[in-house]
Amino acid sequence: MLKSALKATILFALIAVTAYLAFYYAPIEKSMGVIQKIFYLHISCAFSAFVAFGTCFYANLRYVFTRAPKSDWLAVSAAEVGLAFISVVLITGPIWAHPVWGIWWTWDARLTLTFVLGLLYVSYLLLRSMIEEPDKRALFSALFGIFAFLDVPLVYFSIRWWRTQHPQPVILGGPGSGLEPRMRVSYLLMWGALTGLLILLLSARYKLEALRASVDDLRREAEVR
Amino acid sequence: MALLADATTLLGKELRTEFRSRELLTTTVVFILVVVVLFSFTFDPSTSESRRFGPGLLWLSFLFAASLMLQPCFLREQNNDTLSALRLSVRDPFSIFLAKLSANTLFLLLTEVLMLPIFAILYNVHILSVFPQLVLVLFLGSLGVAIPGTAFSAISAQARMRELMLPLLLLPLLTPVLIASTEATGALLEVNPALRADWLGFLLGFDLVFLTALWLFGEYLLEE
Repeated sequence: MLKSALKATILFALIAVTAYLAFYYAPIEKSMGVIQKIFYLHISCAFSAFVAFGTCFYANLRYVFTRAPKSDWLAVSAAEVGLAFISVVLITGPIWAHPVWGIWWTWDARLTLTFVLGLLYVSYLLLRSMIEEPDKRALFSALFGIFAFLDVPLVYFSIRWWRTQHPQPVILGGPGSGLEPRMRVSYLLMWGALTGLLILLLSARYKLEALRASVDDLRREAEVR
Repeated sequence: MALLADATTLLGKELRTEFRSRELLTTTVVFILVVVVLFSFTFDPSTSESRRFGPGLLWLSFLFAASLMLQPCFLREQNNDTLSALRLSVRDPFSIFLAKLSANTLFLLLTEVLMLPIFAILYNVHILSVFPQLVLVLFLGSLGVAIPGTAFSAISAQARMRELMLPLLLLPLLTPVLIASTEATGALLEVNPALRADWLGFLLGFDLVFLTALWLFGEYLLEE
């Protein structure tokens, strides 16, 4: 208990420091101005969300082949945490886009993919809440999760061919892309801090799911007696 | 070979069940008709406007209809307690899916082809010269709907509120099918019709990805 409180305190201190760096240490971007500061949070959250959904996919596959309840706990934790991060992405995105592009939303490849991904994982969690029996819930939601994740590249490419106007990647893009050194330091720290937050949330949610499962087991045992 | 033989037998069973009552086909045709008619009140269906909005609304109505039509696919087996018998009767469980998704594709295609002339008349578009190409687009699109649709019908049959769950699971996943089919259909309805090989290739890719997934994971979908 004390250990996890300590971890959380360290992490939030780190987030506070990186936020300070992002606002005061990193220079103000030339063409977008101060609104570009949202970039540090936006991209880091998007990264965490994709890592969480990737974890969910891995846990789904693992569950189907091993039937270990632990994999199911990991899958539901990752889906919920991923949904939390993607909500931040979907909220900060329009706030950033409005002053820069002049519109809140556009149906571009990455925006649409993020939205559809969010919808798919909302469906995933809804499906879980609609199946009572734990083994059945774990198996069928895992199978849906696998199908949903396979859809991700297809959604991306279909919309990319259709229309796109999101900026070209600046972080791992081709020549001419890249970040100013002070921006890079702030960005990398923010990315590290939010990856830490992802791990912290994921492990807390996982422990909760484990507790919930053991409560269910005890209740069932008590009913049998 | 055993797979195909079993699948053919089961396909025969699916077709017999449906053509005895024709319940599914009749209700689906009427449903699409209602949606297509209601859509015509949301804009002025002149030829130029229909070229812009027609393909999209046509495919949306197909998608909605499919998410309702695929409902009984596994539910019927569950209600009649025939799923275990079905599993025991075949050598490879994939043949059950192969049969069911072929039947579903066929039903979808039938209703769509039936709806095309009505759509063309109501929305003032010309389809006669591009009819074979349209059927090709309809076939690849319907296959794309039927493959994940058949899989998810097995999933939603296990859930509460299953009538709502199937559309919720299926429709967001079908985003790529909707885009590709709408674009391909739209290109065929233009003044100078064109068969968009890129979108057809994309649809074929989508079909193959999910057919492979179904082949790999189908047996788990049949667990009770």
